[in-house]
Formats: sequence, C-alpha cells, structure tokens
Amino acid sequence: MLQVECPYCGVRDETEFAFGGEAHTVRPENPAAVSDVEWADYAFFRNNPKGVHLERWRHAYGCGQWFNMVRDTVSHEILEVYAIDAVKPALRKLG
Amino acid sequence: MAANAQKMRLAAGGRIDRSRPLSFSFNGKTYQGFEGDTLASALLANGVRVVGRSMKLHRPRGLLSAGVEEPNALVNVGESGRAEPNVRATAQPLYPGLIAKSQNCWPSVKYDLNAILGWTSSLWVAGFYNKTFMWPGWRWYEDAVRAVAGLGRLPKADDPDTYEHRNAHCEILIVGGGAAGLAAALAAGNAGARVTLIEQDWELGGSLLRVRTQATDALEDNWLKNVGERLAAMPNVTVLAHTTAVGLFDHGVVAAVELLSSRHEVVAGPRQRVWKIRTKKIVIATGAIEQPLVFPNNDRPGVMLASAVREYTNRYGVMPGANIVIATNNDSAYEVAFDLDAAGISVAAIVDERSIGNCGDIVDIAAHKFRVRHNAFVLDAKGTKGVNAVQVGDTHGKPLTSIGGAGTLKCDCLAMSGGWQPAIHLLGHARGEVRYDEAVAGFVPGEAPPHIFIAGAANGVFDLSSAQRDGECAGANAAAELGFDVGRPEVNTRRSRNGYNIKRTIKSRNPGKQWIDFQHDVTLRDIDVAVREDYVSVEHVKRYTTTGMSADQGKTSNVNAIHALAERTNRAIGSVGVTTFRPFYMPVTLGALAGRRKGALYTPTRYSPMDALQGKAGAAFWDYGQWRRPAAYPKEGEALADAMQREAAAVRASVGIYDGSPLGKIEVRGADAAAFLDRFYINNVPSLKIGKARYSIMLDEKGIVIDNGIFARLGEDHYLIHTTSGNASRILAWIEEWRQCEWLELDIIVRSVTPAWANATLSGPNARNVLDALGTDINLANDAFPHMSIAEGVIGNEEVPVRIMRASFTGELSYEVNVPARFGAALWQNLLKTGEPFGITPYGVESLMILRSEKGYIHVGADTDGATIPDDIGWGGPAAKKKADFIGKRSLSLPDRVRKDRRQFVGFKPVAPNQKIISGAHIIGAGRSTGPSEGFVTSAFYSPHLERWLGLGLVQSGRARMGETVNLYHAGSVQPAKIVEPLKQFDPEGERLHV
Repeated sequence: MLQVECPYCGVRDETEFAFGGEAHTVRPENPAAVSDVEWADYAFFRNNPKGVHLERWRHAYGCGQWFNMVRDTVSHEILEVYAIDAVKPALRKLG
Repeated sequence: MAANAQKMRLAAGGRIDRSRPLSFSFNGKTYQGFEGDTLASALLANGVRVVGRSMKLHRPRGLLSAGVEEPNALVNVGESGRAEPNVRATAQPLYPGLIAKSQNCWPSVKYDLNAILGWTSSLWVAGFYNKTFMWPGWRWYEDAVRAVAGLGRLPKADDPDTYEHRNAHCEILIVGGGAAGLAAALAAGNAGARVTLIEQDWELGGSLLRVRTQATDALEDNWLKNVGERLAAMPNVTVLAHTTAVGLFDHGVVAAVELLSSRHEVVAGPRQRVWKIRTKKIVIATGAIEQPLVFPNNDRPGVMLASAVREYTNRYGVMPGANIVIATNNDSAYEVAFDLDAAGISVAAIVDERSIGNCGDIVDIAAHKFRVRHNAFVLDAKGTKGVNAVQVGDTHGKPLTSIGGAGTLKCDCLAMSGGWQPAIHLLGHARGEVRYDEAVAGFVPGEAPPHIFIAGAANGVFDLSSAQRDGECAGANAAAELGFDVGRPEVNTRRSRNGYNIKRTIKSRNPGKQWIDFQHDVTLRDIDVAVREDYVSVEHVKRYTTTGMSADQGKTSNVNAIHALAERTNRAIGSVGVTTFRPFYMPVTLGALAGRRKGALYTPTRYSPMDALQGKAGAAFWDYGQWRRPAAYPKEGEALADAMQREAAAVRASVGIYDGSPLGKIEVRGADAAAFLDRFYINNVPSLKIGKARYSIMLDEKGIVIDNGIFARLGEDHYLIHTTSGNASRILAWIEEWRQCEWLELDIIVRSVTPAWANATLSGPNARNVLDALGTDINLANDAFPHMSIAEGVIGNEEVPVRIMRASFTGELSYEVNVPARFGAALWQNLLKTGEPFGITPYGVESLMILRSEKGYIHVGADTDGATIPDDIGWGGPAAKKKADFIGKRSLSLPDRVRKDRRQFVGFKPVAPNQKIISGAHIIGAGRSTGPSEGFVTSAFYSPHLERWLGLGLVQSGRARMGETVNLYHAGSVQPAKIVEPLKQFDPEGERLHV
C-alpha cells in the first residue's frame, strides 16, 4: 500500500490515487504523417521496466489533479513526484 | 459422563483459572473446561483424542500442535449464522456454552465410513485427480468427489455479527509478544518512540507461556509479568493482544486481524477488527514453529509436537499422556522431558536420531535421568484411534531390541521434535531475502529491507536470553534510526544462530505411510512420485503434490517437503529453495475482509431527484451501475416483462415519461471549447450552430468506441455533452486527462453537471402536446424547434428555468426536459398531471431498451465491446470524412482496422414465428450445430410493434451477409435466424422523429 505525496495536497494513502500508465509518451504532432509502425509504437506499446519507471498518477479522490511520479517497480520506492508539465527528470540523477 | 471428569487434568499448575469452570459441547456431548483453556486443551483434559478426520483419506486425527500452525484440529465453532468452519481448536479460547463439531466425517468422527478411502489410498497419490478424472470429464465426477473431500462447510444463514476496519499509525510496529518482541517494545518504548505491539495470542509471552511456572526459579514468569506491567504504563506504547499480523505490504503497511469476541458466543460491538497499520519501522519477532518428524503413521492421534506437549502440560495443566515417548533430532525436546518429569508424567524413553557427539550439554544431564537412545529412529507409531506403542529401530530400519521386545515401547503419547523453522512469512511478504542456515537447519532471514528488523527465534536465535537480547537490540536500533536517543548505540543485531543442534534426515526406513502435509494428506511417497516423474522445482512439486497448499500454508510441512526433495534429488537444501510466502499468514474470514462494506454499504447508491416519486409510481428498481433506476412500472398483478411491453407500446401509441436524470452531463466552456471537443468526436464540432445538437461517438487512441451520445451548443464558447449514464465519470476523467496532461495550452473548463439537473424525457406522438399544455416560453413548433435542437427558457406557471433538448433514443418525437435538480420532483408531478388526458405512461430503462432495439440504436458496452471501431457499427463514413484529427483517427487506418472479416453490427430476425432470440447466443454457419463462432447476439427483445423477437449483434463481415440465414447457438441447441439491417426493422425512414 503506497504512500503518495500529491504535489498539491501532500502525503496521502494510495487508495486516494489512480494510476495512469507511463508518463512522457509523446503523441505525434501530425498523426496522419507518421507510419503505421510509428503510430503503433505510440498507441500500443509501453515500457514495462524492472526498476525505475516514470508514470502518470491522478489524485482521483482528492484534488483531481494529474502529476508524474518516478517509482521503482521492484521496491515500490517513490523517488520523485513532479508536476505534469515539468521536465522529465534526468535519469542519471535517478541512478 | 460426570461433568467434572477432566481425567487428564493435572492436580495443579497452569495459567487456567480453576475457580471458573466452563461447560462446552463437542460433537453433541457436554464437557467441562476452565477459563484460560483453548478448545483443544479442554478436549485433551477430557481425554478426547480424535478431533477430526483427514481431508483426503479420512484418517482419524488428533491434536498436532498447541497453536495457530495446527493442521489437524479444524472444527466448526458456533451455530447458524455465527457458525465458523475451519477454526483451529488449538487457537480457539474456550468460552461458556461453546458448541464445536468435527468436520469431514460421516456419520461421526469415530466411525467415518469414508475411512474406506484409507484402505484404497494407493490410488490417491500425487497427480491422482489430474490423471484419473479425465474421462469422460471432470464434471462427471465432481459431485461425488466434492462430497467426500474438502474441509468445513459454509454456514447457510446470514452472519448477524459486525466486523470493522480501522487505520492506525505508529513509528515502530512490533509483531510478536514473545521474549524478543517484548524486549524490543521495551527498548523502543523507553527511547520514546510511538510503539504498537501486536500478539496473536490473547496473552503476552509467546514461548514463555510454555515454560513451567511452578519451578522454584520461575525467572521467566517474573520477567514476563514485569515487562507486561512496564509496557502497560507507557503512554507511547499500544499493545494489541489476540491480534494476528496477516500481511506485510508496501511502504510500511501491516494488516492485522483482531479477534474481539472469540471468547464469547455473543458480544456487543464488532466480532473481528481488521487493522491497517502504517509504520516507519517493523520488528518481526514472530518466533519459530516446531516441525514434525517424518516416520510411518506419524499422523496418529497422540503423536504431537514436543512443544505442544510442553504447552498443554505447563500452560493448561493437562497431561497429553500418562506415559510419553519423546522422539527428536535436536536438543529442544529434552527441556520437555524435564518439565514432564516435574509434572509427574512418566517419560518412557527419549529416542534421539543423532549420535551423542552431535548433542548439547542438556543431553548429558538428561542421560542421568531418562532412558535415552541415540542413532535411534521411530519405525512406526502403532494404534488406530490413538498411538499405543512406538517401534524404534536403527538407521537401517532394524528394530532396536535393546529397548524392549521387537524394539517396541508402550506409550499413550509420542512427543516429536523435527527441529524448528523461524516464522519468516512476513519477511517473505516484503520480498526479503531468505536463505538456508545449516546451524539452524532451517530457513533464516538474509538481507532484509531497510525498515524491517527480525529478532529472536524468527531470526534463528533460539536460546531464550540471546533472543531477549536480540529483541532489545532490534527495538533500540529501530528507535535510533528514527532519531530517538537510546542511551547507548546498539549496532550489533546479529546474535549467534545456534539452533538446538538440529540434524534432520528424511528416509524411508519402513514401507508405511509417512505424512509430510497432514492437512492435505501428502505423504513422503507423493514427493517420491513427483521426483520419479522428473519434477525438480520446489514450486512445481508443491503444486503437483499440493503439499503446503492447505489452509495452514505448510507451516508444519514445507521444511520437511523441501528437505525430502533435496535428499531425493541430491541437492543442497539451500539450492532447492523455498516456496514464496504470500499474504495471508492465517486464513481471514470473509466477514472481516468485508468489514462494514456489505449490503447497502457495499457501494454508494445514487438516487435520481425524482426517486421517491418513481417508487410511488410503482417502479421495480434495478441497479444500473451506481444508480438505482426503474426497470419498469408493473401494475398490481402484472409481470415485469408484461409491464415492459405495455410501456413500450404506450410510448409509440401516445406518450411516455422517463426519468433520464442519471444521463451523464458535462459542460465544456472557454474560448477553445469547440477546438477541444473537436479532438474527441468522430464528426465535426465547430460547424454545429448554437441551439443545435449532434449525435457522435468517442474513441480511444486505439480507435475503439468508448462512448456515444449527443453534444449540443448552448453558446459560442459553451457546450453541453451527454455521455451514457454508466460511463459518465469515466468519460469526465478521460476528458480531464487530455486537458490536464496533453493540451494545457487550450483555454477551457470542464465540469460534470450530472447531479445538478433533473431530466424528465417525454417521448411519443403526443410529447409536444403535453409539454405545450404545461407551458414554456420556448417555441416548440416542428419548424422552429426541429429534431436535434436545444433551447433554454422557463417552464410552467412558476417559470422554473429549463433546458429542453429535442433528441430521441426511442425513435419517437422526444423532448428531454431538464430543470435544476431541486425542481425535479415538481416537474415529474406536473408532467404526469398535464399528460393525464393523453394517457401518459411512465416507462423504465428496460422498456426503453425494447424501443431503442426496435430502432437499431446502439447501446455502447452492450452492442459494442473492446474491439469495436466506428466502421463496425456503420459509422466508418463520417469518421473517414472528417478532415481534422481526433483521438483514435490514425488507428482506424491500421491493417487490423480495415480487415474485411471484422465483426459488424447487424440485426436478427427469427425464421419461424414465435421463435425466441437469446442475447449472448453465438452465431454459427447455417446447418452447423457447433462452432466456430462468427459473432454473437448482443441485445434481444420481443418487439410489441413487430410482434416478434428481434436481435442485434456483431457478426463477421456482417454487412455483406444481409439476408443470409445463420444458426444461433445457445446452451447446446441451435435455432436459425436471418441477418437483417439493424436500422430498418422499425420505421426505417425515421419519419416518426420529425413530426
């Protein structure tokens, strides 16, 4: 049972949050211009790493705001929580 | 039987309260015990040896243990709704009037007819089910097998008790109130940390409760009393007794179950409480569990763990036998011999598997007092309803004649010790490292996660004073890591893991059956069979033999199974490894897990603002997602199905009224509202004029239909969108995610207004007449306000604000009349009154389903599934025509989405009149009686207007197959039906919409 620090409300129990999948997937600027393979990569494929994962969460039973999280999928340690429009943290730092 | 015939009760001693006798019943017979007894100790005091039958072979079984690890003594406690199956008699406190029954035996525990299974047991080996019940199929055997197998039976009556959940927070949670846990709590509490200590027993002490209290040097008992008092005096320490930690979860959460009323039949308040404790540090001080020896007929009643023999004698003042043989492979059982002797119980002999050189000092001392045989093994435990003799032999299985004729020792109890396994289950839940330790002859903690400390016997530190010291260090270190001043830094948590000089060997010295898992009736032979069939992995052997898969999770069988597997595959035990421990440590009742969340409190129910009036109108309420809604309004004596037909007919004949309040309503406002919504719908949004509405479909990015509905334009920058009722919150979240995460630059606000508006929908040729009669400032004339229009105004004499949308899901002239929720009830009443001359008829959700099916209007989620794209439901054209991008558009041109054999939306017409079409039936080719499936019927109703059944469904290449006759397969039978245009079954030109 994770304990999540919502960037807007503070530390809350996991039951208040909803998981939203991998973060920083970029929707092609002009979908009509990309190949089937490129589109499929965006629409169907997600990374599923054993270890550090950048992912999207929503404080569904709280402020309703989306935010991003860096979580270790093995230890479930939450390494960082940041605003949805903040830059992707450098992976080096997350080591 | 005399009420006081506790023939096996010792004259003195124990922690029972002899001044408080309790009477209880077991298998219909009344017995007496004392306050402080468990059901097991009281049965033993009364000389009851057989308490149950084994699961598969129906062997008579007695008590193996004195604690929660018990595999045999599972009984049914209580009656009617309070009955609880599979209660461990060894952990059930005795209470006045307790009623217990054996399970798994018929007609009685003494004469179980199914014991014949034991004589044919050669059939019941590992993999037996998989190999035998294959032909003609498992279903052919299922009833007969289930009748004789299995454990307890669920009570049929409702449970009258309540259960509750509670959250708690602390800084250091200590699991286990034995010597190590108490020392840890004391150290952490003294340092000032907020400590919670949980103990599964109702009394603190752990293994100290087994220690002899009459001894002149009752140091342990004094220490226990002293620590208990000191902890009780600390305001920062909470002690929860009779509370078992059942699972350890991420970020320091421990789930525990507190048994509040297991000491009484009925109490005020909840029966059990589930604690969800969030903590910073966890000290696991859960002790160790003694393991059985493996020898032929080691499951006989009277063959018990040595620790249990000690506990019954010392804690409960009960003689497990009058003449006891002790068999052991370690030093710990020698302490038992001394305690038995002190209690005046005869120790016939000590049979020690080890040579004298491998033993501790206590063995030398015991040799002066007891008859000790080294390098000696139990070859057999004799006696049917209980052990009456033990045959002892050497390592080759040759009887040791030196101890009696044919190596046989007479006895009425055999106390065995096959070593000790640290209770590291919770560490397993945390995925902590576990490794085999030769000195302990068991699995011990390796590297633990940083917030977890393991202390005492759970850490492989068995010796009492070392365990106390280990606990003290763990408590102090946990507190120091949280910044508390512990006086002196405690760095060394590693005490010596000495064990009891355990030396485990598992060999077949005799052809008899040797039990590994008592509860699942798994014997050494089953392991042999698995090995012979080339099973190597411990996880596979576990599943093939089912060892360790019973309700006790192998607490007394896993170690022996792993050891046997290692010996038989010539591997080191450490390399065989251990199966994964998962929550729960102990079976948890479903009532406890549900807590208050049952019945009406299971999930919130949403009510329409007009709900009370629906009830008055005779609504039959069904649950639709979270909403309670009228399915139909049956009149007195009218069947529900007839009411649906009547209501549907009334709508087409004159006018009906429908409570549409649960319809999902979302408002989107802002300068970019049109551009924003245009990215969600498959047809054009900005071109829609103010005051107009348009039907459309939403896709996910994979091109799959996720919702349909109408969007309307109320102003230049103001839209109202409708979602299907069950989808409202999901679609709101979907739109919000794109707004917040992807298109932050757009100027928009999105709000759900579903609960703000009450909606009464008028439908039928007289809908306009009813609305005109009530009066509104909106001009409703057909040319002024045509189909797919929306307007705001006032309604009725009180001039209540109203939003009227002309749109239809019935195929008839329809107005959705929306007023602020507080006016909803008044609106409903006024419309009913105004509509009286027109015979206005309330119609429910199911009646609406008939009407929309006649029209072929799709119901997303019923007529579509997770693979449906717009083209499958006839909307490929608009989606392809739209120039602008929208969510999912690009996916519609992927190869899979343009396949010719996709399942497409069609209608079905029966071939024979009066033939029923069944929703869920599979479509198979004409003339076939079985698959492959080419699709399925998604909706089917009897149409009052067509006077026949009609169906809707998805069929491979459906649009190219109009007019084709196919077979509908349902539950083994087939019926022919014709594929027809779904939209052309009733009013194909839609004339009734535009009147």
